[in-house]
Amino acid sequence: MRNFISGRATEIPPSGIRKFFDLVLTMEDVISLGVGEPDFRTPWNICESSIYSIEQGTTSYTSNRGLQTLRDGLSRHLEHSYNLRYDSNNEIIITTGVSEGLDIAVRAITDPGDEILIGQPCYVSYGPCVTLAGGMPVPVPCVEKDHFKLNPDTLAEKITKKSKALIISFPNNPTGAVMTESDLKAIADLVIDHDLLLISDEVYSELSYEKRHCSAATVSDLRERTITLNGFSKAYAMTGWRIGYLCAPKQICDAALKIHQYVMLCAPTMGQVGAVEALRSAEEDKNSMVNEYRLRRNLFVAGLNRIGLPCHVPEGAFYAFPSVEKTGLSDVEFAEQLLKEQRVAVVPGSVFGEGGAGHIRCAYAVSREKLNEALRRMEIFIGGLKL
Amino acid sequence: MDEKDLELLRILEENSRLSQEDIATMTNLTTGEVAARVQALEAARIIQGYSTVINWEKAGNDEVAAIIELKVSPERDFGYDRIAERLCRFRQVKTLRLITGTYDLQIIVTGKNMQDVSRFVSEHVAPMDRIRETATHIVMKTYKENGNAFFEQPEMERLPYSP
Repeated sequence: MRNFISGRATEIPPSGIRKFFDLVLTMEDVISLGVGEPDFRTPWNICESSIYSIEQGTTSYTSNRGLQTLRDGLSRHLEHSYNLRYDSNNEIIITTGVSEGLDIAVRAITDPGDEILIGQPCYVSYGPCVTLAGGMPVPVPCVEKDHFKLNPDTLAEKITKKSKALIISFPNNPTGAVMTESDLKAIADLVIDHDLLLISDEVYSELSYEKRHCSAATVSDLRERTITLNGFSKAYAMTGWRIGYLCAPKQICDAALKIHQYVMLCAPTMGQVGAVEALRSAEEDKNSMVNEYRLRRNLFVAGLNRIGLPCHVPEGAFYAFPSVEKTGLSDVEFAEQLLKEQRVAVVPGSVFGEGGAGHIRCAYAVSREKLNEALRRMEIFIGGLKL
Repeated sequence: MDEKDLELLRILEENSRLSQEDIATMTNLTTGEVAARVQALEAARIIQGYSTVINWEKAGNDEVAAIIELKVSPERDFGYDRIAERLCRFRQVKTLRLITGTYDLQIIVTGKNMQDVSRFVSEHVAPMDRIRETATHIVMKTYKENGNAFFEQPEMERLPYSP
């Protein structure tokens, strides 16, 4: 029999956390800081409206673009929150999570051989999506000395004649870094000078603790060449609902919509109904969750620094990204031994690409009690290393 | 009162038993500053006290609680204040509010049993001057109190790792 697996599927790497996943399933009493999702339940008003809509029989497809009420609501929300203006009829597509938004965005703009620059460390799917679209992922490392922001000089070094687009995500998973307006301006200059397109994944935009999030498309003249991706998962604790959205100028949006209609048809209807309600009535729920994350961050990051894992203060998302270099262990060794010896699950930074090695990602989307207990166990683990 | 005070109040309202060290770390204050601010809030009677939310039914206590609505004729110059303060003095009155609608005051009363509560209402509350009418509702079960749900919710199941 032939080997039926395509070259592209063979080429994309397996998940870096698989091995940990298998290990943790054999263990009990594990505190997991390895989860990239909120620990809150979806606010009940959102659940309730979705349940009601099912009772009412709202269970068929929606239009390809998504419910009109949701797109209208988003258009208002984006303008109000970020000063982003997108026309709900032509420039917004409701996607099945940001994951799908990223996939159709990349496929809409990538030709074979195109180089797609990716600010790393980053969410694990960017590189594989580019590979599957026939493009060539080109990592642009964001390093600790820059507080994990994207450094324009590093970006400039990576740009070639084949460069087509840049993918960034701030607030960042896994580093928690954010980019201010002036940080983004320096990147915008390069993007515009080299006639690149920008894909900006802003799914953590609501989780900005120090300043209001600055959306890339509002900077300089980026809007005409930016695809903005966002979703409801993180802000409203709606990960399982799979509702994201893609916003872009009409021509780009039309191309992405063609792919979306063939591969997805539409995002889940019940999820879209829930998202309408999220925009309508869950502002306070969101604010109180964001506030709680901020308190936990302060508690946890101070704890990490105290026990000897240096960590900059992440200004967004819900991840701390301390360095483990001082321990003499690699990030993978650290994560594996910490899990085996003290039953605390963290994700090695190298899983997230260049710039991530030597760090671990700890999600502080767990209760304060668990964070304190995790810190206690980590301190014992580190104490043991020094013996 | 500033933003930090409000933040402290929100934290304490949710859980007043956190250590001052943790509160200080969470709010970027020193332990000393937290202690001083809390003391000032107590002195200003903004913090009225600290108590524990207890599911008494689970503790096997068969005390009875009742919500009693009162129609009251307000007093010239004092409105409802004097009668409300009089009612507040009773140990049995746990909560008292002035409300809009058909009734004027709402009190929550506890007692050893139904007779205890009804005796209190008929002997002490109803005969008071200016109270024109009472409506007593016995609490049958408490599902949620001060933001705390009394029924068990299963732990949320999340994958141990997700990117």
